[in-house]
Formats: sequence, structure tokens, C-alpha cells
Amino acid sequence: MLNYLYARCISAIIVILGVSTIVFLLIHIVPGDPVEVMLGEAAQLADREELRSALGLDQPLLQQWIKYMYQVLHLDLGTSLYSKREISSILAERIPATLVLACAGIIIAIVIALPMGILAAIRRGSPWDFYAMTFSMLGVSIPNFWMGPLLIIIFSIGLGWFPVSGNEGAGSLILPALTLGTALAALLSRMVRGSLLEVLNEDYIRAAQARGLSDMTVILRHGLPNAALPVITVLGMQLGSLLAGAVITETIFSWPGVGQLTIESIQNRDYPVVQACILLISLSYVAVNLLTDLTYAFLDPRVRLGK
Amino acid sequence: MNNQLSFPAIVIFIWCVIALCATFLPLHPEVIILEKILMPPEWQAWLGYDDLGRLIADRMIMGARTSLLVAFCVVFVSLLVGTMVGILAAWFGGWWDNITVFVIDIFIAFPGILLAIALAGLLGPGITNAVIALSIVGWVGFARLARAQTLTVKHREHVDAARALGTGISRIAFRHLLPLISAPLIIEATFAIAGTVIAEASLSFLGLGVQPPEASWGSMIRDGTRYMLVAPHMVLAPGIAVFLVVLSINLLGDRLRDKMDVRLG
Repeated sequence: MLNYLYARCISAIIVILGVSTIVFLLIHIVPGDPVEVMLGEAAQLADREELRSALGLDQPLLQQWIKYMYQVLHLDLGTSLYSKREISSILAERIPATLVLACAGIIIAIVIALPMGILAAIRRGSPWDFYAMTFSMLGVSIPNFWMGPLLIIIFSIGLGWFPVSGNEGAGSLILPALTLGTALAALLSRMVRGSLLEVLNEDYIRAAQARGLSDMTVILRHGLPNAALPVITVLGMQLGSLLAGAVITETIFSWPGVGQLTIESIQNRDYPVVQACILLISLSYVAVNLLTDLTYAFLDPRVRLGK
Repeated sequence: MNNQLSFPAIVIFIWCVIALCATFLPLHPEVIILEKILMPPEWQAWLGYDDLGRLIADRMIMGARTSLLVAFCVVFVSLLVGTMVGILAAWFGGWWDNITVFVIDIFIAFPGILLAIALAGLLGPGITNAVIALSIVGWVGFARLARAQTLTVKHREHVDAARALGTGISRIAFRHLLPLISAPLIIEATFAIAGTVIAEASLSFLGLGVQPPEASWGSMIRDGTRYMLVAPHMVLAPGIAVFLVVLSINLLGDRLRDKMDVRLG
């Protein structure tokens, strides 16, 4: 178990180093002189040189890289060029909104996917199964940037149930969360159905049924826990798409999170903030995947024993 | 089977034909008619007009061209580079394989199209940069798949025999490896086209893809979101197009997978 933990953590650290390096290199792919792009062509030479040395762009690449890694390690992400504020404090303001949105999205996905997947699995081949799988196919194919406006047109403009955008009260959370959660719900319901179908053929399910347990108990006590592992893995892996989707969803609903900050900063050419946002989102994704794997190992002895 | 194939096949066929013929059609996607601004669909303009008084139907067709062009360029480049890298890594093994796996792991650690958003944002908006950004992100999946597949067939007898005869790597790759590993790659490419159509539209939606006055379904939806109250038709038409194309490609990919009986990683 410990060996597995160590190996998994070490590989996560290596990936984190690699991800940070790519994020560090991002500013070097800006065509031409990044300082000129950020400040505009009209900027004074003195201002340019000041920014160049502030960002360390006048030093050799290796030295820049070491400095960047050192700063990231100390959670010093630099200063925003646009608002002149510490990037870490800007991020701290934005993180809660994204967390709330992501959690709401996941909850909506689970609330939709679990019953739908279970129903489709136990009534395999029935109309329920067909509807659930049709929903799954449609949900995967409907892009965030269309789902959002569609929901706004129907529920905000048409029915007037929810506000069009912003972050005021619980009502404003529902449409963004639904936009974010639908694709995940579609994927998850398919996974729940698939893995439950595999489990339902196992001997212990038949044994449970033979003992005269109700269908409900058999499914909830004996079926679901065993079908949960692949579903948890998919949930962890899909969190990446969810976070990337948050960038678009937050833009649609003017939701004041990290995703909206990313796009605003790209538009303002505030590249240090862009780097910080990408780094934050990617590293939280790596962390969640690590957590997923560790949970998996905790839940399934076969994984931790390396069988 | 043929009957089942028809719906997605028809949609994709129409998409391709419209996109390929767009240049030769008498379209006016950039002509502005001021008195028609935000007008809903009517007899001469069956999808209505946009916020500048341009024909939405004509712009949809130009958008079809954009999405097809980007999707095929990106998937072609990704497939080519990814397959090559994957086969070489699996074939030579050792430190070369380790480095490849390391790079793949790092690229996969970036969630979804986030890296593409960052790349497109920093490279500067535009269709070429969108293709570059999406290709930089896209090759990874193919490389991983090609590597895994090559590892499973690398030691088949006919491959060993070819190697014993002194056949070069390129000939072995084309004649002996690719035919065995192409089915999963083709299926992955099918889903990648759907993914790229969404990704391109997402970038354009965020203002990082094609630039005005060029049309993309994504940028049309973005323009439409500003006028949802008065002109919902601006959002509906391009959205339905993206949705139908992506749905059809996904359905086709599913059928292909069932038909070729392949399980993807």
C-alpha cells in the first residue's frame, strides 16, 4: 500500500513540475516581444525595460525557469499588469465562486446520472433504457456555449424563473450549474449503467436475491457499491473537462470565478494572470486525479496490492 | 445497418458538401443591410438577419466551412504526429519511450481544452493559431493510443520476421504495424473530429478563433448572446448546426466502434 502511495505521489510531483514548466514557457510563445504585446507599441522604452526586468525576461531562460519555479513553490505568482494587484489575492477572491459552481455542477450531474443509470441498467432494453441512453448521447453532444444561452432563453427570458447572469443568491447558480453538469451527467449515466450491468451478473447479486432481499436492497447495498469504482474514476477524470467547461460557462453567465478571470486576462493581455489561472486549474486537476487514485486504492485492495 | 447509418451519415454528408461548395455558392455573408438588423426569419432570409443586418443563412454556410477546415486540419496533423510519435516510442523503447510517456502524461494533465484556450490566447486570435493550438493539444491522445497498440503487436511473429530480415522501421511501420493498429486510431479520429468541432467553436465563442468578418458557428453564438432578448434566432441556428454535426459524428463513431469491435483505452 505504502509503495503504491509513494509511486503515485512521486509521479504526481513529476507531472506538477512538467505542467509548471509548460505554463512557464507559455509566455515565450507570444509572437514577437511579449513585453511589447502586453504594454502596447506606444509604451516608453523605460517602462518596457522595467517590466522586462520585473518579469525576469532579460535573464537567461534557465535562470528564469528556476526563478519561476521558486516563486510558484512559495505561492508568489507575481503582480497583475492590469490591476497592479498581487495575483494570489486576485485568485483568492475568484476561487470560491468557481468551487461553488463546480460542486453544484457535480451534484447536478450525480443527481441526474445516478437514478437514470440505475433505471436504465435494471430495466435494460426497456423504453427507460432507451430514453436514458438518448439523453446521454444528446448530453455529450450539446456544447456548453450553446446549452447556456439556450437555458437563458427558455428559463430566464421566456419563463423569467432565474436571473440572466451574475452571482446573486441561489437562483443564479442553477442555470450555470445545469450548463456545466449536463455533459458530465450524460457521461456518468452511461458509466453507471455499464458498470452496474456488469455487476448485476455476479454471483453475489444472485445470492442476495436468493436470500429474498428486495430489489431495492440488492441494488443499493450490493450492486451500487461494487459498481462505484469505475464511476469514481470517470468522475475524477472528467473533472478536467468540467473545469475547462467552467471557463466557458462562467463567461456566458458572467460568473465571477477563475474561468472568467482567465478570459478577461487574455483579453487584457495580462499574461502573468493567465499563467497563474492555467497553473491553478491544471494543478487542481492533477490533485483531484491523485486523490481519485488514492481513494480507488483505499476502496479496492486489488489496486494497492498491485494485483 | 444501412438504415441505421442514414441519419448521421446524411448530416455529415450535408455538412461536408456545404462546406466544400461554400466558395462557389453565390453567398453574401458580409453584406450589411442596415434596415434588416436583427430581423427574424422571413421568406427571402429563412434564418433571419444578425446584429449587423447580415444574412444568417449565408454566414452559417461560411461557418460550416470554418469548422470543417479546422476539424480536418487539426485531426490530420494530430493523427499524423501522434501516430508517428507513438509508434516510434513503442518500437524503440528505453529512454526514448520514457521521455514520450513523460511528455504525454504532462499534456494529459491539462484539463480539456484549457491549454488550447491559453495557447490560442497567447499566440493571438486567428484561425491559423487556433489550428496550431488545437493540434498541440490534439496529438497526445493519438500518441498514447498508437503507443499502446504498437506495444501489443510489436512482438507478433510477422513483425519479428520482418525485423530479422533487416526491414527498416518505416517499412515495418507502414506494412506491418499500421494495418494492425489502424482500427482504433480511425475510431479515435472520428471522435476527435467531433471534439475539434466543439473546441473550434468554443475558441471562436471566446473570441480566440476566427476573427470578424469571417464567420464561425462559435462566434455567431457569441454575437447572438448579446441579443438573446430581442433576437433569439441568432443563437438558435448556429447552435443547432454544431449540435447536429457533433451528435452525428458521435453516433457514427459509436457505430464504427461496434462494427470494428474495438475497445478504446
